[in-house]
Amino acid sequence: MHGSIPYTAEVRPDTGLTNPKLGIWLFLASEVMLFGALFSAYALLRSGDLAWPDQSTIVSVPLATVNTLVLISSSVTMVLAWAALGSHRKASPGPDASTPTERLGRYRLFMGLTLLLGCVFLGIKALEYADKFSHGLGPATNNFLGLYFTMTGLHALHVVGGLVVNLYLIGPGTRMWTSDPTRFANRVEVAGIYWHFVDVVWIFLFPVMYLL
Amino acid sequence: MRLLLKSLVSTDHKVIGLMYAVTSLLFLLVGFSLVLVMRWQLAYPGEPLPWVGELFGAANAPGGIVLPEFYNQLGAMHGTIMVFLGVVPLAVGAFGNYIIPLQIGAPDMAFPRLNLASYWFYLAGGIVMLASFVAPGGAANNGWTSYAPLADLAPGMGQTMWLGGMGLIIFSSLLGAVNFITTIIQLRAPGLTWFRLPFFVWAQFVTSFLLLLAFPPLQAAAILQGMDRLAGTSFFLPSGLAVSGQALSVAGGGNALLWQHLFWFLGHPEVYVLILPAMGIVAEVIANNTRKPLFGYRLMVYSVFVLGFLSFIVWAHHMFLTGMGTTVSAFFQATTMIISIPSVVILSSLILSLYGGSIRFTTPMLFALAFLPMFGIGGLTGLPLGLATTDIPLHDTAYVVGHFHYLVAPGTIFALFAGIYYWFPRVTGRMMNDVLGRIHFVGSFICMNVIFMPMFIQGLAGVNRRLWDGGAQYAHAQGVVGLNIPMSHAAFALAFFQLFFIANLALSVARGRVTARNPWQSTTLEWGDAQAPVRAYRDPYEYSVPGAPADFTPQGEVA
Repeated sequence: MHGSIPYTAEVRPDTGLTNPKLGIWLFLASEVMLFGALFSAYALLRSGDLAWPDQSTIVSVPLATVNTLVLISSSVTMVLAWAALGSHRKASPGPDASTPTERLGRYRLFMGLTLLLGCVFLGIKALEYADKFSHGLGPATNNFLGLYFTMTGLHALHVVGGLVVNLYLIGPGTRMWTSDPTRFANRVEVAGIYWHFVDVVWIFLFPVMYLL
Repeated sequence: MRLLLKSLVSTDHKVIGLMYAVTSLLFLLVGFSLVLVMRWQLAYPGEPLPWVGELFGAANAPGGIVLPEFYNQLGAMHGTIMVFLGVVPLAVGAFGNYIIPLQIGAPDMAFPRLNLASYWFYLAGGIVMLASFVAPGGAANNGWTSYAPLADLAPGMGQTMWLGGMGLIIFSSLLGAVNFITTIIQLRAPGLTWFRLPFFVWAQFVTSFLLLLAFPPLQAAAILQGMDRLAGTSFFLPSGLAVSGQALSVAGGGNALLWQHLFWFLGHPEVYVLILPAMGIVAEVIANNTRKPLFGYRLMVYSVFVLGFLSFIVWAHHMFLTGMGTTVSAFFQATTMIISIPSVVILSSLILSLYGGSIRFTTPMLFALAFLPMFGIGGLTGLPLGLATTDIPLHDTAYVVGHFHYLVAPGTIFALFAGIYYWFPRVTGRMMNDVLGRIHFVGSFICMNVIFMPMFIQGLAGVNRRLWDGGAQYAHAQGVVGLNIPMSHAAFALAFFQLFFIANLALSVARGRVTARNPWQSTTLEWGDAQAPVRAYRDPYEYSVPGAPADFTPQGEVA
């Protein structure tokens, strides 16, 4: 039944898109509005509060810098994972004449790295949270910490969501590589677009929460 | 029962559309029942509610007398249920799901499983909302707008469950919106170019963008209010707040207006989410029953886009009384006046479409025709609310309630009735009963006006909304408070006339007159032969083409 829906895997000529690719961009548009509203709330609350604390004395800039690098690296490995599949070349031999099995192996390596880096990011985030709590700092302390926990927490949930999808795509999802390689590569691409978006959100969160 | 279980896991857009229709009609009934209790209380304040009053329990209505706290719950939940669980899921979830893929000649929605998930999230959100009535402290009672700091500090579980329920509903409509937009862009049948789309599809397309982009800020607001209620933050709680004479022990520094901005950033596009699909349905019904192409089809399409875009920059006209400053007010009243232009263009096009047509007064057409003046009244009474100066005395009065109910009740809901009567034969292969339909129409039309017209009078006299006794204790309300009695009786009569609709649905599903494939002799693709591969050859409303063999030429008919 699902097979009868056109443009699930192939591009519609006049729009140049597959359904999932359009869908993920629309989803991300709504995500922009979600985080946009939270950043707006931050701007409004901060501009109206004379007693706003000096953020960098509360949060750890070095840890966040490391985390930024970790997350950016994970975006790179995500692209490499997708590129390893050779999305445009389907099941035909790659440019280096690699077999589909070899390419899946390379894909698994890079996807595994992406998962690992995602977990490192969450681990460092957990360290930061634990450090705040151990000093008696929580969301109720002041509105900066309230927004810090809300926004980085929501971002972390997005990372977890991405990890779940990636875990599926490195595990049971790979069966599609043999049955429908184009569609599988598309799925990895779509998951990658989402993953980059989560990365971009962090790139805004980092200066706003740690540096400004 | 097995049919129900099967329907709950089906990914077929028609089944999901029907599930949406049945569920949202039930929620409309629930929301309407709540207001009947409120209308009794408004007409006869402090008198025990006959028959059902005792059922609400001593905590809500001791001896059948509705307590003010319970009245507030009814008000908040009436608004929430009607808007988010009734009208939008019926207009978008049900009509959109069932009709759009058929009208654009698509085999199904682009993402069938997401479609099913969207229904589940909607159902879960609805169940959470209903369950909140039996939660400790009862349902949310802070108005459907949940303004802070009141809603932040409201005791009990009700408001927290409201936030959770809204989260689920928002996620549901997000999945729906992604699906609708992708479907309309990607799955149009060959030959169905953009300007061959029926106006209903255009209206749903823009509606989906509003759902996609306007709902997430409310999601953000719900998260922030949830944090305020559960984690002790003070995003919406300013410093120095005292409750019941006690200083509040929170960090403070928050901003109560932030909630209003985030809420109305959703809230105003939401108004157009309620009205655009209704305009789409009315356009289909009018074109079909005047046997003419729509007047100014392209202009209507452009207008619906302008409307969608402008609806994002008018939200603060709900906030003229917050002291946000005259500059900001001037901006928002200017955009509000501008947005009335595309609305009037669409309404005028629909009225001009009637000119020179040989109108068939079928039941759906009656509802569609009634939509035009009712929407007109609702729209024109909105202008004084959009201008800051005149809004100041009218704000939060019964006038506002009358204004938006004219848009949503005899406006949108009439259009939805028109849609149900119009597409019923497409869904079931049977016609709905015409006599019952006409009784339903005439009764509803009269009752709606008797309920809502006096609200303008009361509001102009200065009677506030959300009053437990309808204003009986205020000197300035004495001249108009008596109007509550005929208004309430009209509401009860409206309930009676809905029985004709319910009976009609039940009877017609089982033994309505069996019809041919295209009983209304319509041109759009959903009435075509389901077996043949779909292809569009012409514009959507080729009625009464000179020289054509019939007075309608279906879009899918080979040239």
